[in-house]
Amino acid sequence: MKTAEADLKEIKSLMERSSRFISLSGLSGVFAGLYALAGSWLANQYIASDYKQIELWPLMGIAASVLLLSLLTAIFFTTRNARRKNQKIWDKLSQRMLWNLAVPLIAGGLFLIILIFQEQYYLVAPGMLIFYGLALINGSKYTLNDIRYVGYFQIVLGLMATCFHGNGLLFWSIGFGWLHIIYGALMYWKYER
Amino acid sequence: MKNPIKGLHKEFENRIKLGIMSVLMVNDSLDFNEIKEVLEVTDGNLASHAAALEKKKMITITKQFIGKKPNTSYAATDQGRTAFNEHLEALEKLLKNNL
Repeated sequence: MKTAEADLKEIKSLMERSSRFISLSGLSGVFAGLYALAGSWLANQYIASDYKQIELWPLMGIAASVLLLSLLTAIFFTTRNARRKNQKIWDKLSQRMLWNLAVPLIAGGLFLIILIFQEQYYLVAPGMLIFYGLALINGSKYTLNDIRYVGYFQIVLGLMATCFHGNGLLFWSIGFGWLHIIYGALMYWKYER
Repeated sequence: MKNPIKGLHKEFENRIKLGIMSVLMVNDSLDFNEIKEVLEVTDGNLASHAAALEKKKMITITKQFIGKKPNTSYAATDQGRTAFNEHLEALEKLLKNNL
């Protein structure tokens, strides 16, 4: 029946639009992935060059640059997408999504900074993956549900990285690089074309 | 065959009433402007349909002041949630039987 179908469709769309921030752009995932791959390549070059003592700050610098570039790109593409979808970029929905992503991320970030001060470096890469995965799962209730699956994958990768330490950078580049690119492209394909 | 129309509530037949209930099902409470924006309706339309839903005890309307600004917020009642779920199920059944 036409009206029943139209009603159900409308109900579903209204429920989504009023409770989830649906403008998150898949392109921000693709670019975050590319930056992460470039970053891990640079880090690997640095670690592999054996003529000097490896210091921490260049690696931290690379990680911070990747994070900053990813955030700026995400803001850019998501703002553009929100304008197209006629959704506000800064309202209750986007704030709720950000807050729910931020809580596990900040907790994880502080935890890892403490680990670094205690010189427990081998847990840093797995810890980043696990906390990031938890953040995505937590945030997925308030934006596109697809990021939940990225979260599950990140946690699995994080646990694997804990088992095989010494390969932190490899797992890190799979999680933050390839997963972002693949899922970002999928989400772009699904929602923004 | 069981009558699929059973469970359909005529309170929700109107598109705006259906819309108000839909957004209140997934939010604890929303204020007037938030509902207005997502449904894209006029002030008068929203106010009168919301009042009708309140009269049927499907939603509650709370008027208060936030600072000096008056603020009206809306929330679904338990009765409203049950009724809306029945309505949804009936719509789904209707759709299935006609495929």
